[in-house]
Amino acid sequence: MVNRTTPVRSRAWEIAAAVRDPEMPMLTLADLGVLRDVTEDGDRVTVTITPTYSGCPALTEMRADLQRSLTAAGYRDVEVRTVLSPAWSTDWITEDGRRALAEHGVAPPGPAPRRGGPVPLTLLPPSDVVRCPRCGSPATEETSRFGPTACTALRRCTACREPFQHMKEL
Amino acid sequence: MTVFDALSDARDEHGQWAFGTGIEDVATEITAPVPDGVDAADLAEYCLMLGDDALVCGHRISEWVSNAPELEEEVALANTALDLIGQARLLLSRAAHLGAGADEDELAFQRNEDRFRNVALAELTDDGDFGHAIARLLLFSSWRLALLQRLLGSRDPVLAAVAEKGVKEVAYHRDYAARWTLRLGDGTEQSHRRMQAALDTVWPYVEELYRVSDVEERLIAAGVAANPAETRADVDAVLDELLPQATLTRPDRPPRGTVRGRAGRQGVHTEQLGHMLAVMQSLARQHPGAKW
Repeated sequence: MVNRTTPVRSRAWEIAAAVRDPEMPMLTLADLGVLRDVTEDGDRVTVTITPTYSGCPALTEMRADLQRSLTAAGYRDVEVRTVLSPAWSTDWITEDGRRALAEHGVAPPGPAPRRGGPVPLTLLPPSDVVRCPRCGSPATEETSRFGPTACTALRRCTACREPFQHMKEL
Repeated sequence: MTVFDALSDARDEHGQWAFGTGIEDVATEITAPVPDGVDAADLAEYCLMLGDDALVCGHRISEWVSNAPELEEEVALANTALDLIGQARLLLSRAAHLGAGADEDELAFQRNEDRFRNVALAELTDDGDFGHAIARLLLFSSWRLALLQRLLGSRDPVLAAVAEKGVKEVAYHRDYAARWTLRLGDGTEQSHRRMQAALDTVWPYVEELYRVSDVEERLIAAGVAANPAETRADVDAVLDELLPQATLTRPDRPPRGTVRGRAGRQGVHTEQLGHMLAVMQSLARQHPGAKW
């Protein structure tokens, strides 16, 4: 398994973990589950992150923000590495992260689909219950599979009429 | 300080955007050693094939941005294009690392069409026909998903890693295309007619997807490449499930011919690729190494 819960929380880890996702600023990189590893050696630090999606445009910003935060904290030599495998899954979003999403009106993802063998064709919107982040009603419907960022879908609550984003299971 | 200053400040020595992001490390894995018994030039060529499929198809899909029938479809297509271009960046970076070029940008923006290795299906213009975009995406993503699933066990760690992420992405590209195929096929008289016509138009380009090039043959034997001939059954299974529900007919059209056995994988393309590259590459070629 990956080092997303590195047991030794070094100072550099704490700084890197507090950097926020540029597209979903209610989440820190640690909440999002993209921070793999932080190693520290004197004033040299190496941060390893993983992209959410292959073409995630936020990755460049994350790297720049990590560089900036760690440099500002006094580290002279900051290297940010990107590793692909194992591939990120929404299952890696922490409980804190899920709470933060819901508090900001974004319904958190359910369990990611288990993959193995052929991927079945899905012709209907997923039937999983997605609760309205405003009123908690399970009576919500998908209005668009693709929302303002690659990782969200648009839904609306038929009980309280709230339109909201849902972070898709990946 | 202006926004632009702040952004370039944040990048300091990594000051480049667009072509030339300045980030050489798209992923640490791309520098992995070539697996034992594998020819580096073969592996580079194979990365170009899969990378060019994604780059060229991704660019064609991106042409819908600001032209799609609804905002939701524009967002869906933009995200699909972004995923494919993301996959392309990794594969072209791997190819460059193995000696095919200086870097991903040089490969994307400085090669002429005869050096592209994508299949013809990827390069066809939609010419503003949404049905065509859907028909191409349905076939392309069904095929690519089957390829990527077979690459999960590749002996090349980069191909395996790209496949691991790519399978998740291409699966929802395919589902998006399949849902629209169903809606348009089993929709109005006009939408049915046009969806069928779009399938008929792209059908001659499907056979090429299953051909095995010499490079692939060697890499399949080495446990590195996926066998495209095996993907036919997967694509057929999707069509057999989907087309009857969509009241569409499997086209009966002969495959497009090759030029003495040469096609996209050997750099022989339709005239449509040159037009696409003229647009895609013009800015980077006019301003080589530009920064902003």
